[in-house]
Amino acid sequence: MRAEYVTSNIAIAEGAMASGLKFFAGYPITPTSDILEYLAEELPKRGGVVIQLEDEIASINAVIGASWAGAKAMTATSSPGYSLMVEALSFAIITETPLVVVYVMRAGPSTGVPTRSCQYDVFQVRYGSHGNYELPVLVPWSAQEAFDLTVKAFNVSEMLRVPTVILSDAMLAHTWEKVIIRNPGELKIISRRKPEVPPQEYMPFKPGEDLVPPMACFGDGYKVMVESLTHDERGYYSPTTEVQERMIRRLVEKVRRNSHLIIDYETYFTSSAEYIFFAYGSTARSVYALVKELRREGIRAGLYRPKALWPFDEGGLKKIASEAKRVFVVENNVGLMYKEVAQVLRDKEVISVGIIDLDVPSPDRIKEVISEWL
Amino acid sequence: MVVSKQVHPLDKYVRVDRLPHLWCPGCGIGIVMSAMLRAIGRRIGEGVFKEEDIVVVGGIGCTARMPLYLNFDTVHAIHGRAVPFAVGVKLANPKLKVIVVGGDGDIAGIGGNHLMHAARRNMDITVIMVNNMVYAMTGGQLAPTTPTGLYTTTTPRGNPEKPINVVKLVASLGANYVARASVTHPALIETYVYRALGKEGFTFVEVLSTCPEVFGRHIGIKDAAQLFMELREKVKVKAKPSLNESYYDWESGFVIGEYVDKDDPGYLRMFGLLR
Repeated sequence: MRAEYVTSNIAIAEGAMASGLKFFAGYPITPTSDILEYLAEELPKRGGVVIQLEDEIASINAVIGASWAGAKAMTATSSPGYSLMVEALSFAIITETPLVVVYVMRAGPSTGVPTRSCQYDVFQVRYGSHGNYELPVLVPWSAQEAFDLTVKAFNVSEMLRVPTVILSDAMLAHTWEKVIIRNPGELKIISRRKPEVPPQEYMPFKPGEDLVPPMACFGDGYKVMVESLTHDERGYYSPTTEVQERMIRRLVEKVRRNSHLIIDYETYFTSSAEYIFFAYGSTARSVYALVKELRREGIRAGLYRPKALWPFDEGGLKKIASEAKRVFVVENNVGLMYKEVAQVLRDKEVISVGIIDLDVPSPDRIKEVISEWL
Repeated sequence: MVVSKQVHPLDKYVRVDRLPHLWCPGCGIGIVMSAMLRAIGRRIGEGVFKEEDIVVVGGIGCTARMPLYLNFDTVHAIHGRAVPFAVGVKLANPKLKVIVVGGDGDIAGIGGNHLMHAARRNMDITVIMVNNMVYAMTGGQLAPTTPTGLYTTTTPRGNPEKPINVVKLVASLGANYVARASVTHPALIETYVYRALGKEGFTFVEVLSTCPEVFGRHIGIKDAAQLFMELREKVKVKAKPSLNESYYDWESGFVIGEYVDKDDPGYLRMFGLLR
């Protein structure tokens, strides 16, 4: 264990190495490039491989290949790069490939403002790929949490054989903070379950009780078939409704049924709160400051902050907001997660506080918007 | 009546439970597959690599279906991305023998950028590109390899474009081995793949192939044997052809042979990954 003064980008790189990262492929993009640079320096010292490939498409596909070759693998990108990766992410989902994608949001659409912050891509990250699936997305609000959630992202990804995303933003990416960096021995590190049956009895997509199939990798002697087509338990293409339904339902259910392994949240001053603020990522830092200020003014405000954006934590939110008079959803976009919150809290007054700010929306700006509702 | 079960010598490398395959009668891909398996078998016999260390990666298309029938670790990846998938496999576990199989559309069309950079890096993988000069699985559209002037469903007035010369492209980027074969000369496919599998760095074998169902119909030769004979007449075998002889069109024909054979250090050696 050591304390370091680092950015979230570096904290993510450290978290990945602590988790056992062995392969990283990436393509330069602001504001994420320094993850690639930092790992290019550090990962080979720990026996891993880093390569800068020709684009984001190559990077994510190489990461999928590396994972099947037995390595814990990761790539990192920003909004336009993720747009290029979504087809391959769909491939990782159907082949149940464990891997981690770091997604540092920057202001779009298109080239937008590459160096500045936003929370515009909370739906793209979840729904950008084609097909019907679940995709875990973790959303840190500090450099320390970036480290912690990266370790968690690898664990979730390896346990459930599902690609897992760490959703950060340009502000967090380059904010320097103190981070406790733990060594692998001081952390709970989980690796994919290996088959216990001999090759002739092994079926690469036959799940265990947790709905997750044990994973044989290339060179293990199991002669696996990694199939992007709809496949049965053997990995054989099967274009029937029966197999399609069984496969889709399992891909979705294995994440939903195990969502307690993914979902986590923090609350501040929420007991007996009249007003609950829902905020995530960097924006939650401003909301936290605002909530403290409101409390000083005698207003009973509280903050609910999800650490996992997807799957959406319906149960936790309902519980925390049950006594609240109003719920404010504060985000650095025109109001996206608001829709999700409003749908879950149908009997509540849910107010969208969507603020467009190339930095983090300040507590004062948020207060200005919400004051008429207090 | 007792029928004795015939076992083909290559059955051990085939998922026979998946046969019959989906390729059309007269398709050349089966010839490529058996030649490739014979070459693989020879290299296994020599102890160059083990059967369980072979990974065959395909993208999308008729040729990219080959991994479904192969009894190795195999991949049916997404369109155009077999090469970067293979790169990730090789770098994560250098002891694996990684082979990419794909059509001209998969490898040189949508996947062209990845092909270029893998060749430039002299990445230690083998790419076998079966060139039938058309998008066959999707029903006969223009390929980047379609000869000028020929009809396709998306160039109904004839192809106005020049075909990409993948042999020269890959050679220009420094690949260690570049050969062109043809399904009309199966022994040479085996020889070139055998050579490619024994070398360090990026090795590339293009195999000209016949697609009577789609390409043949387009040019008015839908009889498989006739198309095969037509291609055979157009193919010239040369021992050491020069790269300038690698350009082709349907009229002047095709020169096959080993265009590049050198021993520059591969990516793994340059990166210090050879242990």
